[in-house]
Amino acid sequence: MNSPTSKNSQTSKDVERALRESYGHALASLISRLGDFATAEDVLHDAIEAALRRWPDEGLPDQPIAWLLTTAKRRAIDRFRRQKTADEKAELVSAWAELGADVDDDDIPDDRLRLIFTCCHPALAPEVRVALTLRSVGGLQTPEIARAFLVSEATMAQRLVRAKKKIKAATIPYLVPEGDALNERVATVLAVIYLIFNESHRRVVDDEDLGAALAAEAIRLAEAMVHLLPQSAECKGLTALMWFTRARTAARRDSAGRYVPLDEQDRTLWDEKCLGRARAHLNRAALLRAPGPYQLQAAIAAVHAEAKTADETNWRAIADFYGALAGLTPSPIIELNRAVVLARLAGPRLGLEHLLPLEALLSNYQPYWAAKASLLAEAGQSQSALFAYREAIAKSDNGAERAWLETRAASLADDE
Amino acid sequence: MAQYALLIYSEPGKGPQPETPAFGNYMEAYGAYTAMLKEKKLFVAGEALTPTTTATTVRLRNDDIVTSDGPFAETKEQLGGFYIVEAANLDDAIAAAAKTPTAAFGSIEVRPIMTF
Repeated sequence: MNSPTSKNSQTSKDVERALRESYGHALASLISRLGDFATAEDVLHDAIEAALRRWPDEGLPDQPIAWLLTTAKRRAIDRFRRQKTADEKAELVSAWAELGADVDDDDIPDDRLRLIFTCCHPALAPEVRVALTLRSVGGLQTPEIARAFLVSEATMAQRLVRAKKKIKAATIPYLVPEGDALNERVATVLAVIYLIFNESHRRVVDDEDLGAALAAEAIRLAEAMVHLLPQSAECKGLTALMWFTRARTAARRDSAGRYVPLDEQDRTLWDEKCLGRARAHLNRAALLRAPGPYQLQAAIAAVHAEAKTADETNWRAIADFYGALAGLTPSPIIELNRAVVLARLAGPRLGLEHLLPLEALLSNYQPYWAAKASLLAEAGQSQSALFAYREAIAKSDNGAERAWLETRAASLADDE
Repeated sequence: MAQYALLIYSEPGKGPQPETPAFGNYMEAYGAYTAMLKEKKLFVAGEALTPTTTATTVRLRNDDIVTSDGPFAETKEQLGGFYIVEAANLDDAIAAAAKTPTAAFGSIEVRPIMTF
């Protein structure tokens, strides 16, 4: 038997994790029963406070979601006792009737899909969707989310309050969209999840724990979508893409903490387990025969992952995938990536031919300048390359990336 | 059920122009749209407005009535008409807004009606 102090300190993190992992499921269920987002949050908040008091001493319950819902139910009835009529109270009690003491978490209907779609409703502004999803589905705390997106806690709290007000005032429905609307709305949700994932990479530079937590949360959300929408190829595609990216985490920084780009990474550091998960998702996606942009991006990552060294990369396959991607979702950024791949296949001059016409559209896009600098340097045009490096450095918001670019620029200047 | 205002904005000069054949089709399309709303029991009210050149803006300042010629603000897209619809939720109101003939080249603002 552990001593009381060691048991408490061990379970404190476990308690937090169990609560965070149960939050989305519990909230979704409560909104279904109570019909109101804010009320559901309030009673869940009460239940969580109770859990924080009791779980460290009593240990984690076997069915944490059921525990939270049972406690929330009691709180809800208490709250409403004073406010509602007898009829309304009876309705409330019957809404909870089947929630007996012995309910298994697995038997609690998973309403998280309705919750995710509501949080990602297009009527809410994009940054609001992100914040609301992280809070309601991910169970992250407001201060964490504020730090992740570099706003003050007060600003983030306001954003969340206004979001819930809009959901209520505009009657944003608590539903999973159907028919044609479903595909569009899935795309919106996946965009939110991908945004969270990409943001995690920027955060990880200054706040490694927060960055890691965000990335893990994005992957959890994506896996939940895969689970809840097994017929969606793009959900699997996005999840695969994120696992491929995650696989490279250890190789992305050298021992001095400096940023290492893909073609210079030590591939023995790529995580086989992550790669395995990525490939499994991508293969299952392919079986659904519904190609889409995330699957194509994941396929490109898969081609990189097959090459034991950068030189062995099958650039032809990657060029083909970018061609397909450009066909589906044409964009100057895809053309930029394509130009870089063409350079690998046919030399920097051909790459530059495709790249330079994009300058008007991408003059504010930092990776454009980094790519331009790299290709110019390869083509022997050092002066122009140095200018492009300066632009890339000036536009970078990432210390490690800047340091790497500065090193490249400096060695180029030295060669002059 | 909730009520929403659908505020129909478009840029003068964009879309079918008056006294062209295309405009006749456009008016017919609106007739059909209104009929559809009524048939689905969504219609509460709806009117087209005459152009902003006919607008007058009224303000009461320091007990003086101040009138000025034109809409309250010179915006590129101007209010051309409105509907009040009854819808189960925002998604249904959005779907109704998307079907207005002006949605193809203008903007439809969907705003819940206040309930007190």
